[in-house]
Amino acid sequence: MSEIAISADGLGKRYRIGAVARQTTMGERLTHMMKAPVRWLSPNPNGLRSGYRDFWALRDVSFELRRGEVVGLIGRNGAGKSTLLKILSRVTQPTVGRAEIHGRVGSLLEVGTGFHPELTGRENTYLNGAILGMGRKEIDRKFDEIVAFAEVGNFIDTPLKHYSTGMQMRLAFAVAAHLEPETLLVDEVLAVGDLAFQRKCLGKMGEVASGGRTIVFVSHQLNQIRRLCEKVIWLDQGRIFQVGSTPEVAGAYETSMTNRDDGSAQAKGGPEIHNGFVGWEIVEPRAEKPNILATMGPVKVKFLLRLDKPVADGHHGIALYNHEQQLMWGWAANHLQLAQGIHEFHYSFPTLPLRPGLYSWQVSLYDYGRVIDVWSCFPEMAIATEGHQHLRDEWNGILNVPCVFGIQSSREAAIAETAEQARGESV
Amino acid sequence: MGVTQTQAAVAAKPAEYPVLRIEARRGWLALDLGELWAYRDLIYFFVWRDIKVRYKQTVIGAAWAILQPVLTMLVFSLFFGKLAKIPSQGLPYPIFYYTALLPWNYFASAMQGATNIVVENQRVITKIYFPRVVLPISSILSGLVDFAISFTVFLALMAWYRMAPTRAVIWLPAFLLLAVLTALGVGLWLSALNALYRDVRYVVPFLVQFWLFASPVAYPSSLVPAKWRWLYGLNPMAGVIEGFRWALTGHGDPPSILLAASSGAVVLLVLSGLVYYHAMEGTIADVV
Repeated sequence: MSEIAISADGLGKRYRIGAVARQTTMGERLTHMMKAPVRWLSPNPNGLRSGYRDFWALRDVSFELRRGEVVGLIGRNGAGKSTLLKILSRVTQPTVGRAEIHGRVGSLLEVGTGFHPELTGRENTYLNGAILGMGRKEIDRKFDEIVAFAEVGNFIDTPLKHYSTGMQMRLAFAVAAHLEPETLLVDEVLAVGDLAFQRKCLGKMGEVASGGRTIVFVSHQLNQIRRLCEKVIWLDQGRIFQVGSTPEVAGAYETSMTNRDDGSAQAKGGPEIHNGFVGWEIVEPRAEKPNILATMGPVKVKFLLRLDKPVADGHHGIALYNHEQQLMWGWAANHLQLAQGIHEFHYSFPTLPLRPGLYSWQVSLYDYGRVIDVWSCFPEMAIATEGHQHLRDEWNGILNVPCVFGIQSSREAAIAETAEQARGESV
Repeated sequence: MGVTQTQAAVAAKPAEYPVLRIEARRGWLALDLGELWAYRDLIYFFVWRDIKVRYKQTVIGAAWAILQPVLTMLVFSLFFGKLAKIPSQGLPYPIFYYTALLPWNYFASAMQGATNIVVENQRVITKIYFPRVVLPISSILSGLVDFAISFTVFLALMAWYRMAPTRAVIWLPAFLLLAVLTALGVGLWLSALNALYRDVRYVVPFLVQFWLFASPVAYPSSLVPAKWRWLYGLNPMAGVIEGFRWALTGHGDPPSILLAASSGAVVLLVLSGLVYYHAMEGTIADVV
């Protein structure tokens, strides 16, 4: 129904490893230049030597995106996300395959590309805008809006080197956020900057998306992906591993991530296990891993504590944070008396109605107000329950509450009749 | 409701969007002039940044653009002129040298600037697409501002010696264009080479020195035997410098043989530079 915005067909990118590192010394290069002066001029220095290793950063990547789709690219480090984005933004060429993009492309692989510290905020806005592909008139038109969005106020005519890092980031984002191409490619640029401004930028990008533009968005933060994207492409080792709706693919990805970095699922710390919390797990219900919660029902969580010395007047606190370090829940117990040895702290919840994602527990123990241990529990708790939420992620709250929805309808006459009856009865 | 409307609007719009094809590039020479024109604002801003930044945090600022050629002119006049008594086609030595230093200084600094331009912008190159040829072009254009500043000194010199330009001066733009193209050709080669082999930046200062002596800056090209003049002219700067002298002062004959050879050399230089630069462009973001 809607038009194709991007179609990629068998994209692949090969890098050659080893060749560049092997001819580092000047002497080596010179001897080589003498031996083969023509090849020295070859613009591909990798061609200088044989004996390199081929490495396919991207292989056989084909997909189609429609206009107005907001798509997340996820995958581990080195999965090829950035390479794909670089190919689509034409920073680098594919080795094989082809892609077609319909309409103007704007890419945001880095924030503040080309910012110069000696130039003022105003000058950098124009420079950066031009580098991102805006014309002078276009920047003229959007200038006031950009400055307002960046919240840099009177500093706009101050050289950038006097800006705080936060201000630089804000200005950079503001310029980028006002880019209005038909397709926007965004790398993990939102990982930096303070939370409030990140929100603002995400909001602005969402606005862009609802204006019928296509966005391809790389992020390690699944929350951002969930908030922005309706579709996700999961890359693994240069190939497309899974494509589908965000809840489906992001959930599968998350589960695979938690399964991977387990090892010492319950054990904490390294060799010196100290006075304090040593581990945690979900006791009930047991999933394949003790940090994954996959049901909405009652939950029992256990924290393991080791004490070298007794605690006479203990204070114990517990908190649950989401991935953005927002506090989900907190509780505390006072005047605890604990003997030397091992203790298990048990918590039972009728349900943990949290939306799927990664969460971290924090537990603490004090004695007479002196800290004994404050532990941000590892591993994180993965909630892998079914989502009972709005289809559009920006309308998903922090809770995941199952609800039953029903409609009771009646004709107006019936209402009136009922009202009459009610009155009659009351009289 | 709002969503449906948006979708309808999008669907109703005919597929007027330009299609961008991405694939491995082939071909020797692909200078997309249309694309370059679309990016003219970027060229403007790069030039503008270069000029803004160049003299920031210097004490006398743009006066350097005047001081450099003036001091060189004085040194040359004293040593090559007054002491070595090199013939100057009947021109006062300051005029003789300054007319040569105008294009030479432009060329030398443009060449040095262009050499580093790709490396200096490597962060930008690895993060965003624009026609890469914008970089050497803007680097070479930004040198023209210094040229314009030092040109004002030349006007003062002419007034001092009570000389007036002759009709030959209408040729000046042509020689300036020749100088710009020479700088572009050399700049394309050197910036691409330097991106791949950083050795180049150490070579360039020597190159500038040798080139200075291979060009008729400190001496008139009439010192070169007439039958070798065409060979000498293969150095495009020879044609440029003699051209400047002639166009600005009207002394002597127009440098026809030199000019023909130099023009040919420039065309070759720019074309080969474009081919090499284009070949480099494809891998640059992976290599820089």
